[in-house]
Amino acid sequence: MEDSETSRIESEPPVIRIRDLVFRRGRRIILDGINMDIRRGSIVAFMGPSGAGKTTILRLISGQLRPDEGTVEVNGQLISSMPDRELRKFRRNFGVLLQDGALFTDLTVFENIATPLREHTDLPEPLIRRLVMTKLSAVGLGGIEERMPHELSGGMARRVAFARAVVLDPDIMLYDEPMTGLDPIAVSTIRTLMRDTNDALGLTSLVVTHNVTQMSQLVDYCYIIASAKIAGEGPPANLSVSEDPGVDQFMNGKVEGPIPFHYQPPGAPWGLLD
Amino acid sequence: MQQPNLFLEKITGPVTQAGQCLIFLFRMLAGVRFSATQILAVLQQTYLIGARSLVIIMICGFFVGMVLSLQAINALEQFGASDQVSLLVGKSLFRELGPVLTALLFAGRAGTSITAEIGLMKATNQIEAMELMAIDPIQRIALPRFAAGVLSVPLLTALFNALAILGSVVFSIGVMDLDSGIFWSKLQTGIYFEKDFIGGMWKSLVFGGTISLIAVYFGYSARPTGSGVGTATTNTVVLSSVLVLIFDFIMTSFLT
Repeated sequence: MEDSETSRIESEPPVIRIRDLVFRRGRRIILDGINMDIRRGSIVAFMGPSGAGKTTILRLISGQLRPDEGTVEVNGQLISSMPDRELRKFRRNFGVLLQDGALFTDLTVFENIATPLREHTDLPEPLIRRLVMTKLSAVGLGGIEERMPHELSGGMARRVAFARAVVLDPDIMLYDEPMTGLDPIAVSTIRTLMRDTNDALGLTSLVVTHNVTQMSQLVDYCYIIASAKIAGEGPPANLSVSEDPGVDQFMNGKVEGPIPFHYQPPGAPWGLLD
Repeated sequence: MQQPNLFLEKITGPVTQAGQCLIFLFRMLAGVRFSATQILAVLQQTYLIGARSLVIIMICGFFVGMVLSLQAINALEQFGASDQVSLLVGKSLFRELGPVLTALLFAGRAGTSITAEIGLMKATNQIEAMELMAIDPIQRIALPRFAAGVLSVPLLTALFNALAILGSVVFSIGVMDLDSGIFWSKLQTGIYFEKDFIGGMWKSLVFGGTISLIAVYFGYSARPTGSGVGTATTNTVVLSSVLVLIFDFIMTSFLT
């Protein structure tokens, strides 16, 4: 990313503001004292080892989960205490691309992309058709609208899911492992779509991933989550040369480091290696 | 670590499940709008789970009618009353066998497919995607399937009854050479539309609602794994079959 672009994003107001967030599952603390300011127009990655709580952060931002302590603010509105009915309406601001695409298997490609339009607008059928075809062409898949999801390759399914995610022109895009299981060409395609769409429409994109290489080429800012806390944050270039042992271990894929090889169950009376 | 009280869990578990299932039902019913989209979705599901169960229902109905006539004629012959076969077959079909057997077949054919389909949607994040798109999955996924089940079972029961009577005709008149006039007149005079036919239809409406509610609820609450979906599917068949028989006894006690 160029310096002018970096400073432009830094001058934007934060679209997502997280303060002193604590989230527990039972007695286990998943996230502890998280603070974040995510600025409009940026692509931000949440990275970290499996089970670190990356997807949990995404779910707290989308309001699927409520924090035990602290606040989550999106577009100036307090998501963490918003009533369910309002939250459902508010979610129209989000576009979502989940792992494997999560296309509705009982609907055609066309109906998959048209579903958000049918649910949330009163647009006439010809206009819905035109919008769906435009989005489908934008992801390079014009002509497959009558196919069922099981007739698509993994990369095609992900692109259709991308078209569905942006069909309502959301403010914020949420990606959960968007490139898992794709071949290198499909990875590049999705990455290009994510960057171009984000910049062209002035979106804010949040990406959950643990693939350092793929994300380093795409995102503007990274948060590394480990042991329930933010272990490191900053542009990917800065993080890859970080001297912090946890960040260094994750970014460079080292076995030795503060993130242990042996999993120790919470509440275990003694360590496995004691 | 404190061990959970397994005995207490065995008692509270099913009660909690029943409560959650009822809340799920109210959440579905709260979303009934009679909009064009909803009606279209219900019709589509009625085709998928109702119309596609036709073949199995028709084949089973036909053979149940034949075997019922065979047994009835064997028994009635001893008293020289084999011409009463249509009355016996008709009464037992319209009141009991039609609604109950159709419900059990529906639970095995359509109930399992509803649970497995919704469970798989959950396992492949489709339900989560809907929630994130501000679409209520209970309204979009569960309600049309539930409504289609409630509609389909009485219709399938009527068809089961019709095919069973046909099977009885084929066996009694075609094979055993009973008089067709007596067969039809006994059926016409002995079977009461309201008490026998409509009574059976009420039962099948309740069975349809029970099976469909269990199927959508177990699918929706299935653990999003292969074994979770498998367990939910098995539970659907087992619980809906048991409840159909229990509700049959309760309703028969009140209807007769």
